[in-house]
Amino acid sequence: MSTATAKKRGFGSVLWDYLTTVDHKKIASLYLIGGGFFFLLGGLEALLIRLQLMYPENALIGAQFYNEVFTMHGTTMIFLAAMPLLFALMNAVMPLQIGARDVAFPFINALGFWLFLFGGILLNLSWFLGGAPDAGWTSYAPLSIYSPGHGVDFYAIGLQISGFGTLMGGINFLVTIVTMRAPGMTYMRMPLFTWTTFVASVLILFAFPALTVGIFLLTFDRLFGAQFFEATMGGNEIIWEHLFWIFGHPEVYILILPAFGIFSEIIPVFSKKRLFGYSSMVFATVLIAFLGFMVWAHHMFTTGMGPVANSIFAVATMAIAIPTGIKIFNWLLTMWGGKIRLTSPMLWSAAFIPSFLLGGVTGVMLAVAPADFQYHDSYFVVAHFHYVIVGGVVFGILAGVTYWWPLMFGKVLDEKLSKWTFWTFFTGFHLTFFIQHFLGLMGMPRRYWTYLEGQEFETGNFISTIGAFLMGVGTIILLYNIIKTSVSGEKCTRDPWDGRTLEWSLPIPTPHYNFKQLPLVRGLDALWIEKTQGNGKMIPAEPVDDIHMPNNSILPFVISLGLFIAGLGVIYRVDSNAAYIAIIVGFVLTFGSMLVRSVKDDLGHHIHKEDLEKEGAEVE
Amino acid sequence: MSTHEDVLSSENLPHEPEKATLEGKNKFLGFWFFLGGETVLFASLFGTYLALKNSFGNAEHATPSQELFGLELVFIMTMFLLTSSLTSVYAMYHMKNHDFKKMMLWLGITVLLGLAFLACEIYEFTHYYHEFHHTFTSSAFGSAFYALVGFHGAHVVFGLCWIVALMVRNARRGLNLYNAPKFYISSLYWHFIDVVWVFIFTVVYLMGKVG
Repeated sequence: MSTATAKKRGFGSVLWDYLTTVDHKKIASLYLIGGGFFFLLGGLEALLIRLQLMYPENALIGAQFYNEVFTMHGTTMIFLAAMPLLFALMNAVMPLQIGARDVAFPFINALGFWLFLFGGILLNLSWFLGGAPDAGWTSYAPLSIYSPGHGVDFYAIGLQISGFGTLMGGINFLVTIVTMRAPGMTYMRMPLFTWTTFVASVLILFAFPALTVGIFLLTFDRLFGAQFFEATMGGNEIIWEHLFWIFGHPEVYILILPAFGIFSEIIPVFSKKRLFGYSSMVFATVLIAFLGFMVWAHHMFTTGMGPVANSIFAVATMAIAIPTGIKIFNWLLTMWGGKIRLTSPMLWSAAFIPSFLLGGVTGVMLAVAPADFQYHDSYFVVAHFHYVIVGGVVFGILAGVTYWWPLMFGKVLDEKLSKWTFWTFFTGFHLTFFIQHFLGLMGMPRRYWTYLEGQEFETGNFISTIGAFLMGVGTIILLYNIIKTSVSGEKCTRDPWDGRTLEWSLPIPTPHYNFKQLPLVRGLDALWIEKTQGNGKMIPAEPVDDIHMPNNSILPFVISLGLFIAGLGVIYRVDSNAAYIAIIVGFVLTFGSMLVRSVKDDLGHHIHKEDLEKEGAEVE
Repeated sequence: MSTHEDVLSSENLPHEPEKATLEGKNKFLGFWFFLGGETVLFASLFGTYLALKNSFGNAEHATPSQELFGLELVFIMTMFLLTSSLTSVYAMYHMKNHDFKKMMLWLGITVLLGLAFLACEIYEFTHYYHEFHHTFTSSAFGSAFYALVGFHGAHVVFGLCWIVALMVRNARRGLNLYNAPKFYISSLYWHFIDVVWVFIFTVVYLMGKVG
């Protein structure tokens, strides 16, 4: 790091830097902060749910508020916590893993983040503006159509804005991986996390537009008098269910595939073996993604589609167990005979396998359509999807954040505290959700505000609540760990875990152009090859030369702010004509900024060879 | 890697200036991906339309599509839009031959044809409104029809604004490696709009008239 940038800068200049940044590493930090904030918010909502259900006939929070809390818990966790946190890791790691200096669309990458953030803020403003959405995270019509107040409107507009951001992020990752791989980095040499980022981005590209349309129809019905879901005017509520799940099921794989990728990075490093069955891992990833689009109607077995449709979707759903099983065995066989180091990322990975497996097995149970009529809308379903989402995605995110924390922030998180987080969170997780399988089988329906005494639900719910608080304790320890490490942690310079992939070949902190010289990739686990067969350093594929980098821009922020303002206007248009001012101002800001972006040349800048050599001298 | 080449120069352009730079290649590929997403967007709208095309419920004004649509106007609109796609191909042909003036000419014709299409569509919608009280809120069929055709119309408006903005911005400086990809993907967008219209013509109007 050059001395000029190492000097302490004023708060204003740092803020401006982050508001205008197009650097994928800084955008990763922004995603991590934004997603982390919403993760805490969703966690608090979860604790409220569990406190309300701790005792029978409890009235800690009102029934209406309870509906809002569970709706916002689901919506927040899926759209505003899990996805942005995965996007944080993708942004931080993927370009480094393929040996790129940048992403394909730095501007659009920044735009994706700001759209997500403003969408999330808009959605959560509903708490202060008359009540949050209360129709469940699935927002089924006609319930969502007749939900009074503006809650569901905030759901629709907030998710619409953040959904645009996700779509753009996905396209950016796709193009980056196709066009910007370093010399020698063929597709079948890409690390698994890059592969899963690629495949998840394909899913985003083809799944999110269905949600976009679904939300548009919902918005049109609620705010513009359309009749899509109004049966008396010829509307059909089932259209919402189809559109929502055509998006919603691939969404599950958008979340879990990158988590699979994270584990596939961590397990080889801490087993000191290359990933077992690399090509079958890639094949299984693609197959899961493909099948993921064929199974959406298994969420609708009880809708009344008839036995033929139910059977087809049941069989397709069960088929997904096969590629997933391939992956499970590959991870196990990677560890088999390896020199295992039980660091905290490895603990998460090892714990993920049995935890996720439980979720997978109940998934196959739920796929049996006739049996699903019994499980449907019970706590069995709640237990199932928390086993895959928490036991899979959240474990993956926590593993990935711990593993790549030194790459992102230059310090290794305190291992002892990380292990405390692991053990409390892991125990709390199973305590919370394992018992919910049985609550569901005993007949406890999901989304109910309370339950009666003497139905044998008391013990299970009480245990579940204790578990939830244990997870809360784990999260607090993690927060403490982050603060402690940032304040007094030891700086690490390079490759703290003895890594195998390209991102660990870089100095820490990573220079903003990533690679001074693009590396030559000689095979899978590029850095490991150099460690075992070379001198431990990547061979440069080019001489030192000027580096072209993109310019910062405030426009992504302004475009997103405009949509935020216009969105508020659209929501309140039905109440007051003054809202038209917000609509006009918002759209002028958004489309005006887009026009500026189109007509104003932005050629980027060059980092000159001489400066690189000077900076390089300081690093070595 | 030569980073010194001047992307704003109009001299010595390569054969395919739209894909000569990494930025250009990225834009080209990214835009194709985006159009893949747009395809799902329109597929969802088509699915909704097909589910609701004969659904009126208890609506007060319920004109079935057979009586509503007139194929004469739609035929003229189709011709306008298909021809505009052809003229944008000519524009791109001239771009590849580095003939900026001819490219601008054909893009101008494309815009005029697009405007003609849009005028017809506006006339069509007002006609439905005044003659049949067929509106966005009158029935599920009305909502689905205006959502699908309206989304397409909005895409036409956006495409026109985009192409005009590019033409005005670059009118004085000619073709270069920086703006060639911009022109190229705007024409890709225009083709996509055209393809969607072919499906609207078939699924909405032909099937609505005959089916």
